[in-house]
Amino acid sequence: MMLLQAPHYAQQSMIDPAGTKAGAINDFWHFLIVTASIVTAIVFITLFIALAKRRRPADPEAPGEQRSLTRWVTGSVAVTLVIIVVFLFMDFRLGRAIATPPQRTPLRVNVIGHQWWWEFQYPDSATPGNWISTANELHIPVGRPVILRMSARDVIHSFWVPNLSGKKDLIPGHDTETWIEADSAGIYRGQCAEFCGLQHAKMALLVIAEPERQFEQWALGARGAALAPADSTAKAGEQVFLTGGCSVCHAIGGTMAGGTVGPNLTHFGSRLTIAAASLPNTKGNLGGWIVDPQRIKPGSFMPPNALEPDQLEALLAYLEGLK
Amino acid sequence: MRFGRISSLLLVTALLSIAAAGCEREERRFREVPPAADQSTNVVQSDLQPGPSIVATATQHPYDDNAYAIASGKRLYVQMNCAGCHGLAGGGSIGPPLLDDKWIYGSDPSNIFSTIVEGRPNGMPSWKGKLSNDQVWQLVAYVRDLSGLHRKDVRNSRGDNMAAVQDEQNRNRQTPRSSFEPPGSVTTP
Amino acid sequence: MTTATARVETIAQPELDVELDAVWRSRPGFIGWLMSTDHKSIGKRYVATAFIFFCLAGLEAATMRAQLSRPENGLLGPDTYNQVFTMHGTTMMFLFAVPVMIGIGLYLVPLMIGARNVAFPRANAMGYWVYLIGGLLIYSGFFVNSGPDAGWFAYVPLAGPQFSPGKRVDIWAQMITFTEIAALVASVVQITTIFKLRAPGMSLNRVPILVWTTLVVQFMIMFAMPSVATASLFLAMDRLISTHFFNPAEGGDALLWQHRFWFFGHPEVYIMFLPGPGIISSLLPAFTRRPVFGYPALVLAVIATGFIAFGLWVHHMFATPLPQLGQSFFTAASALVAIPNGIQIFCWIATIWSGRPIFRTPLLFTIGSIIIFVIGGMTGVMIASVPFDSQVHDTYFIVAHFHYVILGGVVFPLFAGFYYWWPKVTGRLLSEAAGKWNFWLMFIGVNATFFPMHQLGMEGMPRRVYTYLAGTGWGDLNLVASIGALVIFSSVVVFLGNVIWSLRHGQIAGANPWNADSLEWATSSPPPSYNFRDTPVVGGRAPVWESGGELPVMTGLARDRQQVLLTTVLDAEPDSRHDHPGHTIWPFILAVTIGIFFIVLIFTPWGMPIGTVLGFIAYARYVWPKKRHDPSIIELPRSVPPAEVPR
Repeated sequence: MMLLQAPHYAQQSMIDPAGTKAGAINDFWHFLIVTASIVTAIVFITLFIALAKRRRPADPEAPGEQRSLTRWVTGSVAVTLVIIVVFLFMDFRLGRAIATPPQRTPLRVNVIGHQWWWEFQYPDSATPGNWISTANELHIPVGRPVILRMSARDVIHSFWVPNLSGKKDLIPGHDTETWIEADSAGIYRGQCAEFCGLQHAKMALLVIAEPERQFEQWALGARGAALAPADSTAKAGEQVFLTGGCSVCHAIGGTMAGGTVGPNLTHFGSRLTIAAASLPNTKGNLGGWIVDPQRIKPGSFMPPNALEPDQLEALLAYLEGLK
Repeated sequence: MRFGRISSLLLVTALLSIAAAGCEREERRFREVPPAADQSTNVVQSDLQPGPSIVATATQHPYDDNAYAIASGKRLYVQMNCAGCHGLAGGGSIGPPLLDDKWIYGSDPSNIFSTIVEGRPNGMPSWKGKLSNDQVWQLVAYVRDLSGLHRKDVRNSRGDNMAAVQDEQNRNRQTPRSSFEPPGSVTTP
Repeated sequence: MTTATARVETIAQPELDVELDAVWRSRPGFIGWLMSTDHKSIGKRYVATAFIFFCLAGLEAATMRAQLSRPENGLLGPDTYNQVFTMHGTTMMFLFAVPVMIGIGLYLVPLMIGARNVAFPRANAMGYWVYLIGGLLIYSGFFVNSGPDAGWFAYVPLAGPQFSPGKRVDIWAQMITFTEIAALVASVVQITTIFKLRAPGMSLNRVPILVWTTLVVQFMIMFAMPSVATASLFLAMDRLISTHFFNPAEGGDALLWQHRFWFFGHPEVYIMFLPGPGIISSLLPAFTRRPVFGYPALVLAVIATGFIAFGLWVHHMFATPLPQLGQSFFTAASALVAIPNGIQIFCWIATIWSGRPIFRTPLLFTIGSIIIFVIGGMTGVMIASVPFDSQVHDTYFIVAHFHYVILGGVVFPLFAGFYYWWPKVTGRLLSEAAGKWNFWLMFIGVNATFFPMHQLGMEGMPRRVYTYLAGTGWGDLNLVASIGALVIFSSVVVFLGNVIWSLRHGQIAGANPWNADSLEWATSSPPPSYNFRDTPVVGGRAPVWESGGELPVMTGLARDRQQVLLTTVLDAEPDSRHDHPGHTIWPFILAVTIGIFFIVLIFTPWGMPIGTVLGFIAYARYVWPKKRHDPSIIELPRSVPPAEVPR
């Protein structure tokens, strides 16, 4: 539960890199900002001198004056050209360096963009049926490249976790691919970066980078079915889930609930956030979200649920227990 | 002078009604709870009635003039797998088609509402408790759209899917008539 | 005020003036106003209409800044916000920036090249009405809750039939069609005007730079607009008659829209921007007391920008899948456009360096423009890099970048030009004191609003979000930006106050208040309906300075009808005479039928037959031949020194 204490939202910055690609881009940014500042400063100082200086040529169009101005302008253009060429050289080198992931065994994850949440699938080549399907939280191992194969079923979205990598669009009809790699463990927030409709603003995700062993542990748990409800309240909650509207859209592994419209909730209790990383996953937030999601995300496809207080209580107990 | 005043009044009224129609067509309602279909009114399910004939009172559909609700209904129609029985564009397969003029249980919005909520014999499941009233009304709007019962400017256009059948907006209006066949005998066309 | 002024005003030729005015002036009354084909009336209408749209789009921007001033603000919901930001972008791009520059060109170009009117004056009038109908259409839609909500770029599938139900995007697509028609008509009019109606002696290497930029921009419109015309047509067809241009399931392609849109969209940026440098290059001589340095370099830079502008469009799509080599090409092109723009800036600094700057409001706005544009240009080169752009693309960094470029390259030069040419248009000067307030408020406001956005983008704030969470830490900088927007707002209020004040109380300007060099200052302020009593003859790039106020003129044009002198394309030697059709109502009626065609088409296919028949009738009447005058009775045009002008 480091999430609740740490300012996790603040960790969405390209100038605080925690991944191979973001790091390389950040280094390039330093070159850019220094060069641009120097050039800008020179131009502004020249402009101010030109405006403020007292000695003015008697005839600005005299041949000598024209010649010196021509030399000055030509020189400036030449310097600009040199800067541009250096910039292009560095850019091409960087572009090629980060185009392909390092030659280590990568983890492969399918990313599917939905209005307005992220679906992550971890294909399992050994047992094809044994996929992990989760939502809005992407677990990755530290120090291992992750290849993301991305698709969209509705409109264009864009996957962007600034601390790790630049963005890549998810386009209906075009499967795209990008890769990320985290240098250090941590929780990094990302957000959809292509306008995708009403709730574009609240289509976020968390990338949870863990050491390899922890990641494997998580994957092992995530592959399994949901925990059976622990007590009678949770059991009643399961019934609410299965007989009410929830299971029409949401799936919970190991139960009859198999909806594919909304996020898979098999291990919902272990998620840090709800509503596509818009709210911390607390009981109060969850209750508010279930009863009136349109207050939190107007236009989202989750309908309001008029539940009796005891039903809601049971449902919350059940969902929070799905570790 | 008076004629000028009347005609300008008419013009203003016409403009205002166009504006009102535009507003209603484009409204996106997210949090309003629409009225549930009142089951106590005279909902006529079939022309076969015992006793004296009842005059049907058409209920006002909350979403009939709302393009966003109709489009949402179309999304739900696919997501809730209505398409599984009634066909991707309402052409029917296991269940009866929805794009013709035949309405076994009536074409009035409240009829369709109760068909969805209560379910019907021979396979139509009840969606009571599974869908919110709002979602059911959206579905009702879409089902009516399938047979062209809405104004042209609120109808759905094509979806981003295979062009199996003609899209709703280019379909002709099918004036509803009740089926005299008993519900069980409906076959796939 | 100056010798030139005195001279123009003292040579009184009442009969000739009355005679010419009777032929050229617009008819009185409302119908006469609809009939006018005078380029000055139409130019003023374009600028005034575009300015109203600028204010509306500014109010939309202020609303957005109010919503974003603090996290999780409830002022606007997502639906309203999406409409407001789409309207802001659409209005600024299609209804303000391009039309205002077209309007300035339409007003000034004939005056700067010594012509009586533009070529094709009726088409010119029609273009304005079509533009106005487009603007009214989209704002009527906006006010009845049918404002477009898919962004000014309207990416499919979001803007397509499935995800944008209702008529919102249809209205948007048709509005694009209207502005396309207006822009294409204006481009034909302006190119022909510049090529064929220049005063004798104004060979292409003597044309004022604003005229050059107008020429380049109009050529760009001719090549860029058809791309978006087909795109918006495809979109409208997908939505209205269920075609599948952009439907991936039927072999259509979502990226096709982006390519077609940006193939127009990037040149569009330069279509908006290039007149700005043209304005600066044209007014700098008056405020540095020397001709602008490096005329050939400036002209070539403008032309080069026009060409390179067509090779950059993919840098709007760096987050889509692209081959490496393709990325490199578009990166190189995007970075290299810095060279011609650099040349212009260096030439301006050289002009100021060797001249004697006079710190009036137009020069202040020019300096502000250079400063802001340079900052925007720096970030522009940065985002040419694919890896860097992959981080900042679609974030507030980009919002900051293009507002710097457009405010620096379009809005500041526009204000400079406004203060500069306002006395020519109205005969009265704007207040200097208010002008300085206007400038400083705008300069401070722009920087306060947009500079923090660079940081917001780097901290991960995406564009087009209606709100953001408190935990993101973006609240403070957003508040600064919102306060900056208030400062810009107050600056525009000062400007409006200045304009209204000036109309009644402004100092009388006289013909040439700035003692400027180009031809428009050789006629009275405001110019008479026929622009110049006799066609001036030009011998250099700064005709007013060179002639010392006594312009040689050419006589021989008919006075009993609207007749203009055509000259050759390169050297502007007198070629032939051409009769203009005069003022007529039919361009307006034709525009209305075009409006009926496209607006009715949104709701029913009947718009096509109805609009076609009405349009055909209007067009047939429009081009119906009139009785011709016998050309043989006119003496040949000849150049005469001013002393021998027949009185």
